[in-house]
Amino acid sequence: MIPLTHYLIVGAALFSLSLAGIVINRKNLIILLMCIELMLLAVNMNFIAFASFLDNIAGEVFVFFILTVAAAEAAIGLAILMVLYRNRHTINVEDLDLLKG
Amino acid sequence: MIQQFIFYLFSAMAIATAAMVIISKSPVRAALFLVVTFIASAGLWILLQAEFLGLVLILVYVGAVMTLFLFVVMMLDMDGIELRSGFVQYLPFALIVLSVMLAFIILAVWHTSFGLGHANPSKETAAYNNIALLGSVLYTQYAYPFVLAGALLLLAIIAAISLTFRGTRNAKKQRVEWQVSVRAQDRLYKTSMKNEKRL
Amino acid sequence: MNLSAQQLSFIVILAPLLGSLFTGFLGKALGTKASHRIAVTGLGIAFIAALFLCHAITFGNTPPRSFNIYTWALSGTFQFNIGFTLDSLSTIMAVLVTFISFLVHIYSIGYMAGDPGYQRFFSYISLFTFAMLLLVLSNNFLQLFIGWEGVGLVSYLLIGFWFKRDSANAGSFKAFIVNRIGDFGFLLGIALVLAYFGTLNYEQVFAEIPVLANATIRLFPGTDWSLITVICILLFIGAMGKSAQMPLHVWLPESMEGPTPISALIHAATMVTAGIFMICRMSPLYEHSPTALSVVLVVGATGALFTGLIGIVQYDIKRVVAYSTLSQLGYMVAGLGASAYSASLFHLATHACFKALLFLGAGSVIMGMHHDQDMRNMGGLRRYMPITYTTFLIGSLALAAIPPFAGYYSKDAIIEAIGLTQIPGATYAYICVLLGAFVTALYTFRAFFLVFHTQERMDEHTREHLHESPSVVWLPLVCLAVPSIVLGFLFIKPMLYTEPGLLGSSVITLPAYDVLSKMAEEYHGIAAATWQGLLGAPFWLSVFGIFCAWYAYQKAPETPAKLARRFSIFYRILVNKYGFDDFNQTVIVRSVRNLSSWFYFIVDTKCIDNYVVNGTGRMISFLSRLTRQAQTGYLYHYAFVMILGVLIFLCWLMI
Repeated sequence: MIPLTHYLIVGAALFSLSLAGIVINRKNLIILLMCIELMLLAVNMNFIAFASFLDNIAGEVFVFFILTVAAAEAAIGLAILMVLYRNRHTINVEDLDLLKG
Repeated sequence: MIQQFIFYLFSAMAIATAAMVIISKSPVRAALFLVVTFIASAGLWILLQAEFLGLVLILVYVGAVMTLFLFVVMMLDMDGIELRSGFVQYLPFALIVLSVMLAFIILAVWHTSFGLGHANPSKETAAYNNIALLGSVLYTQYAYPFVLAGALLLLAIIAAISLTFRGTRNAKKQRVEWQVSVRAQDRLYKTSMKNEKRL
Repeated sequence: MNLSAQQLSFIVILAPLLGSLFTGFLGKALGTKASHRIAVTGLGIAFIAALFLCHAITFGNTPPRSFNIYTWALSGTFQFNIGFTLDSLSTIMAVLVTFISFLVHIYSIGYMAGDPGYQRFFSYISLFTFAMLLLVLSNNFLQLFIGWEGVGLVSYLLIGFWFKRDSANAGSFKAFIVNRIGDFGFLLGIALVLAYFGTLNYEQVFAEIPVLANATIRLFPGTDWSLITVICILLFIGAMGKSAQMPLHVWLPESMEGPTPISALIHAATMVTAGIFMICRMSPLYEHSPTALSVVLVVGATGALFTGLIGIVQYDIKRVVAYSTLSQLGYMVAGLGASAYSASLFHLATHACFKALLFLGAGSVIMGMHHDQDMRNMGGLRRYMPITYTTFLIGSLALAAIPPFAGYYSKDAIIEAIGLTQIPGATYAYICVLLGAFVTALYTFRAFFLVFHTQERMDEHTREHLHESPSVVWLPLVCLAVPSIVLGFLFIKPMLYTEPGLLGSSVITLPAYDVLSKMAEEYHGIAAATWQGLLGAPFWLSVFGIFCAWYAYQKAPETPAKLARRFSIFYRILVNKYGFDDFNQTVIVRSVRNLSSWFYFIVDTKCIDNYVVNGTGRMISFLSRLTRQAQTGYLYHYAFVMILGVLIFLCWLMI
């Protein structure tokens, strides 16, 4: 039987990889968005593992809502990305420094 | 035994494709690798008896969100963009973040059993219906959050459309402000013409 | 009409205020005629109401009372009220104030005619009347102070009424600043009263006096002062400022830059007597402090003689009258010092009438002379201005204390009281006030002869236009001339020598200092008193003064110049007014200015502006430059910081 810890380590590995992806990726905003999706997936993994092992359906309900929010986030994020590209003709993260003080 | 096999297979697949997502050169490949990650994760979830969510993950993410990603990637003109410069430069950094994070979490979860010991999840009978169980709480206990989630999705749709909608071109429209501010000389003008004396 | 005393007091105090508000805010819309009608009507109503009130309280059966009408503020155990005291002292003062003010209003119709600030002027003098009534009718120290500052403010506004003149502005500043010094002492005195008595209500304070009579206060380490003495002297400093006693008298001559009706109303008859009134009001306090009484006596007597002497060498007609006011205020204050409160108040009343008369007369002369105030350019005006001449003569005789004019009875009572009192400094004071009688007569009749007799020295143009002033001007003169004659012998007995006197219980004199009752024993009717006066030294000194004035300015006009050459040192001292102004200018003003510039250049500019104000800005912009480096605008920097935060959070969670 697979212990809970293994599921958690899978989640941790996915989460760490997505973090590393955010750090490593300085050129493409789309991959950044994908990393965020990956991060949410890692979190969902933990939720479902705990829900199953604790025999508590609430964890799965939470994942359901996270999926909803993630879908909305992806839609709006990509829409913003489109507008950004339309206006500035770039999605290079290094060029987006309008907030510089 | 078969469960262990499936678990390790899908885990390895998920982690490997997740790694490919962050190191692959083109966004299209990254997106496709992400699809595989999602599918593997869905397998793991089904292994955890969360069949409905596993299927939803495939349907929503693979079917909708990743398709959207691919659409966007293809709509944007990616040719001119140098994708991978500075990769080597930031790699050590990423490795440090990766290892430290991973080490921390593994350290945190390795020796604790969260009060469960190594007890396995209770074995469900064949009559166990994950979707019915989820539905029964979603429509009763979580009815308001559920409705709110629906509203949120609607909002996301409207937001995404209104952000990207550029208006119909060449449409014949009534311009009320022009009508209100119209002046007589805009409508009517006098012109003097030469008398055509010699017809 | 059966109005209660309370309602009457409201009418008295609110009528001038309403007049002031109407003329002040609606003056331009109302026009000159409606404005002065409103103001004069308001004052007339107030005067009549004050007469009723005074009749009821002082002569009738209505008992004196003190009541609060409004609680202004509550702070801990302290209660600050607005309220009125209705007793003989306050109602007599109210009648006096409204009477003079009413006449001055009427007079101003003529005097201020054509002035661009006509409505403003009426608004100011009505406001002044309101503030003065607030002061007079108050039943607590705080309201007294409000009125005190109110009259000071209006005085400032009116001295600087012709604000386009530099000298008027300078005079108003001087008056305001010198009064501030006095008011500072006054405020300290009030604060001490509040601190030790716990209340500002007159009745409650006076009731507490026996308890605190022997209390001491340590001003400096190792010196114990009687509390009452300290309070009295601090209050007296306020009175010195307001009533122009030496050495805070310097502002009063400068205040003559204001319009003449103002000089009559504020700087001769009413406001400057606020200090006298205040000390009368505080008589229960002063009676418990012989030291304070001595100080009052000496300061008053000094002022009575020495400011009078300056009057002899002045050539501006208004300044002569102003210095005579200083001198007469000195008499009143000295009388207070001798515990002859009734006598001082009596002199205050008579002086208000004849000094207002003299000022308004001087104003009439100035109008006739086309606003030339130099007596060297006058002379022989008797032929052109007979009514002014007659009334001015009456005023002068009253001022010089010739029986049976009003000034004689009141001033003689003061001199006699000072002669009888036993407190330290009495001998010096007696000599001062006796000599003062001679000096008073001298400068008064010097001005009188120079203006109305002697040969005509004005230029042709002025002479052609010289004529008697209009009726609105001479009518008040006549109205004032009557009390200047009769007030003395009508009221001397009820005021001074009856037990209880007109003032009744509003002033309190301890038996040890009660000089007036000693004088009352020797009083045998008005005729005897007048006859006795004719044999006394003050009368002969006055007559001698008049004779000297006649000889030096009418008979032998070259005498003054000769005397000035002969005693040039004294002459110069007098012309320089004992050097008070020079002293103030060189010592006080210069040191204050140096101190101020030190504060400005070193403290303000260098320290505060440079380090505190601009330093704050510089520090902020420096810090901002530093922190701005953190705001790169790059997404991955923010993400990295976030990750770092997560890691730190994890660390913290695991340890």
